[in-house]
Amino acid sequence: MDFPEALSCPLPILSHDTVQLAHGAGGKLSNEMIDKIFLPRFLNSTLEKMEDQAVLENPGGRIAFSTDTFVVDPIFFPGGDIGDLAINGTVNDIAMSGAIPKYLSVGFILEEGLPFETLHRIVLSMEKAAKLAGVQIVTGDTKVVNRGSCDKLFINTSGFGFVPENVNISASNLDVGDKILLSGTLADHGMAVMTTREGLSFQSTVESDTAGLNHLVQDMLAVSTNIHALRDPTRGGLATSLNEFATSSEVGIQLFGDAIPVKENVRGACEILGIDPLYVANEGKLVAIVPSNIADDMLSAMRGNEYGKSATIIGEVTDKHPGIVAMLTGLGANRIVDMPVGEQLPRIC
Amino acid sequence: MKYLDEFRDPVVARKILNEIHAVTTQPWVIMEICGGQTHSIIRNGIDQVLPKEIELVHGPGCPVCVTPLEIIDRAVEIAGRPNVIFTSFGDMLRVPGSHKDLFMVRSEGGDVRTVFSPLESLKIARENPDKEVVFFAVGFETTAPGNAMAVAQAAKEGLPNFSELVSHVLVPPAMEALLSSDANRVQGYLAAGHVCTVMGWDEYDPIAKKYKVPIVITGFEPMDVLDGILHTVKQLEAGTHKVENRYARIVEQGGNQPAQVLIKDVFEIANRKWRGIGEIPVSGFKISKKYAAFDAELKFSVDDIHTEEPEACISGVILQGLKKPHDCPAFGKECTPQNPLGATMVSSEGACAAYYKYQRILSE
Repeated sequence: MDFPEALSCPLPILSHDTVQLAHGAGGKLSNEMIDKIFLPRFLNSTLEKMEDQAVLENPGGRIAFSTDTFVVDPIFFPGGDIGDLAINGTVNDIAMSGAIPKYLSVGFILEEGLPFETLHRIVLSMEKAAKLAGVQIVTGDTKVVNRGSCDKLFINTSGFGFVPENVNISASNLDVGDKILLSGTLADHGMAVMTTREGLSFQSTVESDTAGLNHLVQDMLAVSTNIHALRDPTRGGLATSLNEFATSSEVGIQLFGDAIPVKENVRGACEILGIDPLYVANEGKLVAIVPSNIADDMLSAMRGNEYGKSATIIGEVTDKHPGIVAMLTGLGANRIVDMPVGEQLPRIC
Repeated sequence: MKYLDEFRDPVVARKILNEIHAVTTQPWVIMEICGGQTHSIIRNGIDQVLPKEIELVHGPGCPVCVTPLEIIDRAVEIAGRPNVIFTSFGDMLRVPGSHKDLFMVRSEGGDVRTVFSPLESLKIARENPDKEVVFFAVGFETTAPGNAMAVAQAAKEGLPNFSELVSHVLVPPAMEALLSSDANRVQGYLAAGHVCTVMGWDEYDPIAKKYKVPIVITGFEPMDVLDGILHTVKQLEAGTHKVENRYARIVEQGGNQPAQVLIKDVFEIANRKWRGIGEIPVSGFKISKKYAAFDAELKFSVDDIHTEEPEACISGVILQGLKKPHDCPAFGKECTPQNPLGATMVSSEGACAAYYKYQRILSE
């Protein structure tokens, strides 16, 4: 899907080139920023009422509610920016319950002096991501802080969606014999950000995988509602998500090392920096735990979706070594894949 | 990936492994010198699939692990000063000093930055002429040329605000120190491939002769490590003790000559303390008199350093190959990568961290 009108949308004419403290003071300048930058891009029947809150219909049943805050540096990176990341991040957190995400709030913290051109670019990519995911931004807030009090801009998004009946997805649902499905390649986002931040360049650019996964989840639920667990392995990577599953469900997880897909240029970046892709953040991937009798159908459904094209089975749930994630190496040895400690540090040699 | 996948091929690796099983007739103790090799052994589970007669002990070749506490404390002290930008390779930031690590200095307001090369620090020095930019120059012979290059370049450009806090150590003196110890158990060495890339292997011949140990130069991929073990075992079984280069795709006998010239120009041989092992004579580098203006130890007088090693930590005997990480009562209990007591638990090349991260599933 493409949004040429949004991508080519020029910066509206404003009285200032950069964000001033007064833009956050609630007066005329605040209104100008809201009217010209935010409203045209996020507009919907709820937001346009300009109330202090969004009043929404309640269809009954269970809701899934989530919040996330985005402080990524750099704010623009190959494959995305802080804007689409902020939408997709919360959409995905909601979607991992099986819910259909519907409504988001957006809170901006802007650093005084931020060029409006930058803010506008980010708002455009938020608009695009929200449309792709099919969510509405129904309420928002903006604060401006002194220069140096934040780094360019921070974004918080919160949101909720509705959980279909008979869907009960949880980290504590794993059963022995379940299959572990991964929707695609690992470590794209983390390495895109890290290589941009460190000014490392490769023959082919490492691009972030940032994407909303809610449609992929619904395609999977159409095969069967009996998905045991779902996670988007963001910070801490796949290793963290699987360790959380193993602990919550008190089962062991056995990975097949050779089966885990990593793009060639991402592998190269990881090798150079001495970083293990299992621990690197993803922003457009999910890991699903499903009973083995539906694993193949689930895999076909995933592969039919744009964001699950290279989905694959990477392991299974076992009654051996409960609470532990292990990975078979090419030599036939079994090593533990532990929780990471703090940020991954590039090795000296 | 070219130049890597060929050396990770499980089919070929299994073939070498079978050969190791076929030639091994009695127990042997082999030390891999380099932390990068330890990392590869544990990550690929090589020690799990070797004949039970072969015991691998993990050597002192992790620069993070052997950097003495005094130097860490000195780095912490300098990095906390107001006008200083302190730059370092990433994995030095989490090494515990007596009281804090460099991450804590950063959280307290110190300007501590991770760099991938000392030349990045030079760039920071050019961009910040009103600040003192210090690079934490640690490592073995492998990182010495780059660190020497930065100093030489700073001198050439006239960058008075750049200096290096040097804690460089050398592999051959440590190998000798271990072999000459009464408690030594090591019967053969896997020599560190990248150290030899820089220095060549002429220094190893006298060691092999004097102590009658085979020394096999090898790399870091599973096939390199297995091939190195195979050739060490073959020599041990045959009773020979030669230096063998099994990393010929990178290592030449004379090493990298321009790099050696640069090292000789900028550094001079010095006695060095090794964390956990103690002082080893002529086992490291310091900045030579010619470049004294770029020596952070001289530039920033740091007095009153009283180091305190945690009592429970046995990293010293681990680095000497006398004990294994899980022999330590603190291993995985008081001492974890999250809360390391000793440096061997910090770097992913450190024996304790490698064991903690990739430790075998003992129940199986």
